[in-house]
Amino acid sequence: MNFIYQLLNGIQIGSIYGLIALGYTMVYGIAKLINFAHGDILMIGAYTALSVLPLLNARGLPVWASGLVAMVVCGLAGVLIEKIAYRPLRNSPRIANLITAIGVSLLIENLVAKFIGTGAKPFPRVFEGEAVQVGDLKLSLPMLITVIVTLILTLLLQLFLRGSKWGTAMLATSEDYGAASMIGINVDHAISLTFAIGSALAALGAIFYLAVFPQINPTMGMMLGIKAFIAAVVGGIGNVPGAVVGGLILGIIEALSKAYVSTALSDAFVFAVLIIVLLVKPSGLFGKEMREKV
Amino acid sequence: MKKLTLLCTLFLVSAFLLSACSSPATPSPSSASAEKTENSAAPEQKEASSPAPATEGGKSTATEAAGESIKIGSMGPLTGEVAVYGVSATNGAKMAVEEINKAGGILGRPVEFVLLDDKHNNTEAINAYNRLVEDGVCGILGAITSAPCLAIAPLANEDKVPMLTPSGTQISITEGRDYVFRVCYTDPYQGTVLARYASQCGKKKAALLKNSSSEYSSGIVEAFKTEAKAQGVEIVAEEAYGSADKDFRVQLTNIASASPDVLLVPDYYETDALIVSQAREIGLDCLVLGPDGWDGVLKQIEKSSQDVLNNVVYANHYAMDADSEKIQNFIKTYREAWGDDPTAFSALAYDGIYMFKAAIEKAGQVDRETICKELKQLNFEGITGQLTFDENNNPIKDVSMIKIVDGAYVLDLVVKAEK
Repeated sequence: MNFIYQLLNGIQIGSIYGLIALGYTMVYGIAKLINFAHGDILMIGAYTALSVLPLLNARGLPVWASGLVAMVVCGLAGVLIEKIAYRPLRNSPRIANLITAIGVSLLIENLVAKFIGTGAKPFPRVFEGEAVQVGDLKLSLPMLITVIVTLILTLLLQLFLRGSKWGTAMLATSEDYGAASMIGINVDHAISLTFAIGSALAALGAIFYLAVFPQINPTMGMMLGIKAFIAAVVGGIGNVPGAVVGGLILGIIEALSKAYVSTALSDAFVFAVLIIVLLVKPSGLFGKEMREKV
Repeated sequence: MKKLTLLCTLFLVSAFLLSACSSPATPSPSSASAEKTENSAAPEQKEASSPAPATEGGKSTATEAAGESIKIGSMGPLTGEVAVYGVSATNGAKMAVEEINKAGGILGRPVEFVLLDDKHNNTEAINAYNRLVEDGVCGILGAITSAPCLAIAPLANEDKVPMLTPSGTQISITEGRDYVFRVCYTDPYQGTVLARYASQCGKKKAALLKNSSSEYSSGIVEAFKTEAKAQGVEIVAEEAYGSADKDFRVQLTNIASASPDVLLVPDYYETDALIVSQAREIGLDCLVLGPDGWDGVLKQIEKSSQDVLNNVVYANHYAMDADSEKIQNFIKTYREAWGDDPTAFSALAYDGIYMFKAAIEKAGQVDRETICKELKQLNFEGITGQLTFDENNNPIKDVSMIKIVDGAYVLDLVVKAEK
């Protein structure tokens, strides 16, 4: 019984990692950029949700509705960051992009620390309701919602990418910039859209995160971002379902190693997974081997 | 793919560096509930950096002539990241000095409070200490945080200057030092009291969840375990976490499967808030016990979900809702003087000044050695309860157990001091 609960703990946090990893994986797939600031966008989402709460409360809207506002704001923030910081560097060496991303991340964190403060702020309960009883198991509501919404969104995202005009434009851009623009795809728009979707998903991840850990501070995105990034690499960076599977694997490893091996070593296990994956199958579980074009 | 590997490595290395930089420094002293006590740190520092001109030639002897003021020195972090502690503590002390002077001073002589800023920095603390001693203070109320306390304690002991820290909880500050005292109780003392309280409430199965990288946490846990054994309370589960952790559900699930009737959570309020929310979420509804670090936890939990804090009891230095007229007057005067609620730090420093007063009056003269002797034998009754010193100059004192009921701190009971 205890084992099942620990497994569920892992699946819940794993789903959150997965949601955030989707942003990493999409951006990497298209812009070939590891967006260091992704975790901080999540943090912006959390602060946005907190600041719009009084407005929503006044209208009698539930707490989770603040997540929708956060998704919109973060989507815009993602597009803006891409326009200002990454677009001018699109043809520079990749290392320049990476350093810029680190810079953006630090900038956001420190701006928030400076103007809002470093102290942790509390967040109200996101999902009101009793735990659901299934046989002997008691499943908490935030857990169920987190897992189900993550799976549905991954499915929708996959359908969007494969089936819609915009989605295929994004896929084409990720294959080859030059060729895509030659056949009339607006590469800038495709990249903006990617950032918007990825950032909105991060905001949603923030809300699910706050449902379990109701506390916000300027550095909250850091560790979450790193874990989500590992999830994306484990699943095969650039691959959408891979990110979610990677997140789940990571969450479960983390929970079980904490429960049965050592709490102090659980992060070490998580990072060991990254190292093993990079050694054995650098393209990740679902990644496809890409040859460098000459 | 090599490039990807390289990028990943870079990412990780920089991430580690960054996260190392961003981890906040946990202040060493216990509880703090003040968030905005920074009313006038800067001007105070100015006032402090120009203490009254040292006129007497004698360097280390205290002032003797009648009618001349009695100097009590003090230091604390008045600026910097832990300034809230220093400011709220020294505000309490200043208030006590003012009251004493209004009532005619000590032995008919006015008290002069010489306050310096140690910036929570050891070098600054030693400089401040030297200046105070040269200025001829009869004793030092400070430092406020543990690290500067440890820096100046050996010096004070060597120079035979009575030093009384209001809030340095680290056990080694006073150990084996005849001239160093403290007003607050130590971490192990709290652990013992908490275990005794659990047993008094009829609890038989205790679970522990500690922060494995905090001395504060482990000091309390060790003492709790020893006393629990003596009281016949069984420890059914013991789990740990690291300082940066936010997810405690795994440990709590393990604890829940041992079905304890009391859970000890020794940490500061930000972490406590997360732990208690998650404990209630996974259905662990038992009594949660905590040390003074819990003070201020209500500010960390949104009003609508404060029901998670029901059935939480923690130890504190004093209770703001206590019936005692003394405490209510203290709170009222403090609010009037500083426009904010006093913290436990303010109360401890306030008591510290009155302890000096009591010792000097008993000594009948302003002499460091005699003051120290009298401090040692003091039987003092203050805002933070009744107090005597043990052989290591640690106070044996009352502990107020605070219960959180529907979003308010309520005094549950006072655990009386016992040897």
